[in-house]
Amino acid sequence: MSESPPVVALLVTCLVDLFRPSVATAAVRLLERRGFRVEVPSQTCCGQPNRSGGDDDGARRLARRLIASFAPYARVVAPSASCVATVHDYPALFPPGSDDHAAAVALAARTVELTAFLGEQGPDPGRAAVAGPLIAAWHDGCTGLRRLGLDRQPRELLGRVAGLELRDLPGREECCGFGGAFCVEYPEISAQAADHKLDEALATGAQLLLGADLGCLLHLQGRAQRRGLPLDTAHIAEVLAAAIADDGHGREDG
Amino acid sequence: MDVKTADFRQRARAALAQPTLQRSLQGMRRAMPALRSAALAALPDHAALRDRARESRDHALAHLGHYLVAFESRVRAAGGEVHWARTGAEAGAIVAGLCERAGARRVIKSKSMVTEEIGLNATLAARGLQVTETDLGEYIIQLRGESPSHILAPALHVSLAEVGAAFERHHRRSRTAPLTEAGAMLVEAREELRAVFRAADVGITGANFLVAETGAAVLVTNEGNADLVASLPATHIVVTGIEKVVATLDDLGVLLRLLARSAIGEPLSSYTTLVHGPRRATEAAGPAAFHVVLVDDGRSALLGTPRQEILRCIRCSACLNHCPVYTAVGGHAYGSVYSGPMGAVLAPAIDGLATTAQLPAASTLCGRCEAVCPVAIPLPRLLRDWRGEALRAGFTTPAWRRSLRLWQWLAAHPVLYRFVLGLAAGGLRLVSVPARRGERRIRRLPLVARGWFAVRDLPAPEGGSFQARWRARQP
Ligand code: SF4
Repeated sequence: MSESPPVVALLVTCLVDLFRPSVATAAVRLLERRGFRVEVPSQTCCGQPNRSGGDDDGARRLARRLIASFAPYARVVAPSASCVATVHDYPALFPPGSDDHAAAVALAARTVELTAFLGEQGPDPGRAAVAGPLIAAWHDGCTGLRRLGLDRQPRELLGRVAGLELRDLPGREECCGFGGAFCVEYPEISAQAADHKLDEALATGAQLLLGADLGCLLHLQGRAQRRGLPLDTAHIAEVLAAAIADDGHGREDG
Repeated sequence: MDVKTADFRQRARAALAQPTLQRSLQGMRRAMPALRSAALAALPDHAALRDRARESRDHALAHLGHYLVAFESRVRAAGGEVHWARTGAEAGAIVAGLCERAGARRVIKSKSMVTEEIGLNATLAARGLQVTETDLGEYIIQLRGESPSHILAPALHVSLAEVGAAFERHHRRSRTAPLTEAGAMLVEAREELRAVFRAADVGITGANFLVAETGAAVLVTNEGNADLVASLPATHIVVTGIEKVVATLDDLGVLLRLLARSAIGEPLSSYTTLVHGPRRATEAAGPAAFHVVLVDDGRSALLGTPRQEILRCIRCSACLNHCPVYTAVGGHAYGSVYSGPMGAVLAPAIDGLATTAQLPAASTLCGRCEAVCPVAIPLPRLLRDWRGEALRAGFTTPAWRRSLRLWQWLAAHPVLYRFVLGLAAGGLRLVSVPARRGERRIRRLPLVARGWFAVRDLPAPEGGSFQARWRARQP
């Protein structure tokens, strides 16, 4: 073939790495279909647990590592709004004027959440369909909605999937109660917020609850499992990748 | 303050099991945000107004000493006195002294969070003064011997039936039927309070704002009771925090346009009154003596630190009304008179972190509070800031400190990290059981993550980490 495709680096994120590798596989597939070559540099955690916990020293150490891992790449894409927001917040960890700060600013500018990145690429030329009719509710993660302004992008991506009907939740601005360590420290409060979200999703008639952050989704799915609710959860990347029809557009996987 | 927050967790659990409280909270959880957003949507250029509000507060705080002194001189010129209190105890002593000077026996109050903060009622009662709250909500919780559970709606946690019961217990009247109807309760409270208003020697109010330009203390209420408290008794004492000052009447206008809209979804509260000093010779009514007690109580220590931003707060309560934690557990769980996100930031400043470290921790950092705050206070950042302080000062559990350190250490060793991740993915898969539709879940694990499993299952990992899969796939 002629020129080599542009490269993006995938920031896998810990929860995806550990719990749902298929989310990352799906992200790779979606990116390759848009003509990118995906690289996955050796990586660990962005430091979000430490940063949220007030452990800025620990967060700083992990930030330096991640900045180094992704330094060679012009674009870094992650299937998690909260990890992207953590990277966007890296500059605050370093004194302005320092090399670390400059590197943090540069990485923050290059790092983007998966659905935002796909949205930037314009509409997918190919067909996307699921064996429907499938009714799904969209969970706006707090970090995605308020910090990254993810609102239209995931809805547009899902809106193009034939056979999938997307429903909004009335309380879409409300937190699902995950909050990282919060959900373990304050389980009862966390469960109340989850129940509001789950009950509302069921009330829309949805069979599937979709989101862009695996933290929220594991918490919500775990709560749905405990309550025995007829509701599945999935990451948006999984649904989008599964919906890609084998119609010759984009590159082949693998 | 005697309520302490050390067992937030326990109180939160109890609050979740209280049906009356839960009914109130679930009722306001959706209603208040809807009212607020409708009111603000109708406001042209809300974003610009919010910027101006923020700037006016920042400006006043940046020159706090200047504006407080300016305010003081205007009050003096109008014939009033200004008193400075470093601590809550000092403020209490000053107010008690002023009551004594006035030869007072009966004191009436309108709703004031600062007087709750400094425990003023108890101080005055200990000096033999008879203190009556005149805001309906405050009156109810005073009868019930409680503290406010919401900064604007102090009796949010009380049911109508409980109000009736409190009135029946405390109002000495002959009844033929039990008190069950809200209208009847209102009439009864009004009748009881009318006599109290007439007999009072001293009136104590808070102030929503102080205007440096004119020396005005601004009273914003929905019941109009503050106006009576400020004008009927011979002495009016304003007790408020030093951060409440704004530079000009213009600034006040900006803040007032946002306050009631953010608080209750109304363009303005029913009553907004600017009081300036004692009654003048030309005036028919008003107090003969006018005092302002400016309370520091930990506020000035925040100046010049990143936490200064919380001093912009205008106590609108929007952050409480939009908080997933506040709307689950209510105000009493916080153990501080200030609750919700603003309370979790303020309480450590006022009461010290030793007894309040759980409050900043009890947040999902969802950011809705910051989004709705009329003066754009970065509440999540301030909560995180306190978490850091708690961690460094040793106010968190050793287990928590250890897990943060362990995680950071593990993530700094990629080979080990990947090994542990792979092990966890496989191990968790192994102990999982089938769930619906081919999924698997873990119901419980020995010793770890008890909080997780207390209320939910853990969806099982697929087995094997992504990075391992990826490396295996690469040529
Ligand atoms: S912090 Fe902001 S939203 Fe909360 S009470 Fe204060 S002004 Fe209102």
